[in-house]
Amino acid sequence: MAQKSYRDAIREALREEMHRDERVLILGEEVGVWGGTYAVTRGLHQEFGDRRVKDTPIAESAIVGTAVGAAMGGLRPVAEVMTINFTLVAMDQIVNNAAKIHYMFGGQAKVPLVIRTPAGWGQLAATHSQTFEAWFASLPGLIVVMPATPYDAKGLLKTAIRSENPVMFIEHARLYGVRGEVTDEEYILPIGVSDLKRAGQNITIVTYSRMLHVALTAAEQLSQDGIECEVIDLRTLRPLDMAPVYESVKKTHRMVVLEEDWVTCGMGAEIAARVSHDLFDELDMPVERLGQVEVPMPYAKNLEALMFPTQEQVVGKIKGMFA
Amino acid sequence: MAAGLGVNVPESEKTKSGLTAVEALDWFKKMSLIRRFEERAEEAYGQGKIGGFLHLYIGEEAIAVGALAALHEDDDVVTHYRDHGYVLARGVDPKRVMAELYGKSTGLSKGKGGSMHMADLKRRLWGGYAVVGGHIPLAVGLALAVQYNKEPRIVACFFGDGATNTGAFYTGLNIAAVWKLPLVVIVENNHYGMGTAVARSSALTDLYKKACVFNMPALQIDGNDVVEVRDAVREVADRARSGGGPQFIEAVTYRYRGHSMGDPQRYRTKAEVEAAKGSDPIMRCQQRMLSRGLATEADLKQIVSQIEVELDEAVRFAETSPLPEPRDLYADVLIAE
Repeated sequence: MAQKSYRDAIREALREEMHRDERVLILGEEVGVWGGTYAVTRGLHQEFGDRRVKDTPIAESAIVGTAVGAAMGGLRPVAEVMTINFTLVAMDQIVNNAAKIHYMFGGQAKVPLVIRTPAGWGQLAATHSQTFEAWFASLPGLIVVMPATPYDAKGLLKTAIRSENPVMFIEHARLYGVRGEVTDEEYILPIGVSDLKRAGQNITIVTYSRMLHVALTAAEQLSQDGIECEVIDLRTLRPLDMAPVYESVKKTHRMVVLEEDWVTCGMGAEIAARVSHDLFDELDMPVERLGQVEVPMPYAKNLEALMFPTQEQVVGKIKGMFA
Repeated sequence: MAAGLGVNVPESEKTKSGLTAVEALDWFKKMSLIRRFEERAEEAYGQGKIGGFLHLYIGEEAIAVGALAALHEDDDVVTHYRDHGYVLARGVDPKRVMAELYGKSTGLSKGKGGSMHMADLKRRLWGGYAVVGGHIPLAVGLALAVQYNKEPRIVACFFGDGATNTGAFYTGLNIAAVWKLPLVVIVENNHYGMGTAVARSSALTDLYKKACVFNMPALQIDGNDVVEVRDAVREVADRARSGGGPQFIEAVTYRYRGHSMGDPQRYRTKAEVEAAKGSDPIMRCQQRMLSRGLATEADLKQIVSQIEVELDEAVRFAETSPLPEPRDLYADVLIAE
């Protein structure tokens, strides 16, 4: 086992799949000569050349649309959209083309496409600090993956690239430097399988992406106070694997959903609805949701710091559930 | 070079290829089939047998027929939603097209697509797309796949005048030009984007001039002359196929029917529509064939009556075909893996 960053793990997945399958190519803004604005694709242009690592104009609708067409034509494109905010420019291509083409022509065409794009923030103000995973997760015809650890990111990206279906692979800019154990042997991980990241019997925390790390540190602190949290990382947001969540709630009877998105119509709303409906009698109290404050992101650092649930807030909320 | 346009406009050598009786009869038959097919569809729509939107191609048949005659069978074709003409011009059985309009399981897209989403991948017809301009990047991507695999094929993408005002048109064609992809785009200028005239919606009304922003060779042709369309598309397709990069054609035509069914057409006069019919593509083809002795009146009459038989059969097939099963609702959302 070696310690690797989330960024390097993703690059390894890309590199390995490009070696494995000649049809895999990367396209996006600054993915080539620059090496990726978050340095994820660094070195790949030198290694694979212009044919397989293609710099594009700053035009997300054409990047994604071209990738959809290339996938229909038999390639395995990995399109990078520099940040998830810019997927808005490509929404017609994602929603009306990538997610629909297989169905609306009666199963004739397929779109084996991966769209890699990071969520994230860092004094980038209102239009560059958003996260739209719940929008994509509401779409039949699309797979949505949002990994939290280097190990999961690598294994899931390799599976996404091999998938016959269109996959939104949502990374997180503030996780790129996070390190974790990544085995040296080749491996892949299944899409659509939630993962138990910490076992505990008192309360279930359901989360994904960067908030997993907040959940784990909060769980550590709560453990010192005698509250044992079970932490479940969804990893895939569509299709949702609820089985481990249900198993956990049957044991703990309490649940918090922790997300970085606005809670209104967010993933937490979906999880809470399913648990409330399917496990109504198992719950000792209502499901709690913690997420982003419902205002656009401000620039000022002190205001930005108020936007997301902190470890302390998670601890406080959970302690309150045991008061 | 046409002077003063700022774009490279190759001379179109009209009908340089001559015209054989076999070709002319085939084109006359296909154009007539498309027209009569759509008139039948219009009737069925009026009877409530076809739902949703029905965008008719009547008056524009020479473009689909002429262009597809110029392409190779394995060239990719991507179209907008006014798409019945292309699938019929490429030889798809009218029964399966009519069945799709009827929403039957035997339809081209198993009843999942309808009028706007006709595809037949066996014939490399990648489908009709219904968000204006949104399919242009798809054609660019298909052309990237052709180039990537070093295949001797090209991609043809058709869209209307309205699409030339969209972002996808500019962003998509720019990439095609930067990467020198084997793509031919054909703008069907039928004078109206829905009900808004080109002059009221586009700063440039000679739409082929828009190709200059991509530094792309461009032609403006008479889209109601099937021979001119075939010759022009053949010329630029050869160029795209031999590494010349993307090519742009504006085919000027006219749509006789409304944008879709139920269009009150307040934006134009009946006299304007009638005047446009003076340049009808089928009539012109017919006149040319008769005057050159490529066919007799009797030959053409026989073709038209054969078409009626074929369409009777298509309508019967559509009417008697089974509806999709309720379980089909869930098929083909994702590929199981």
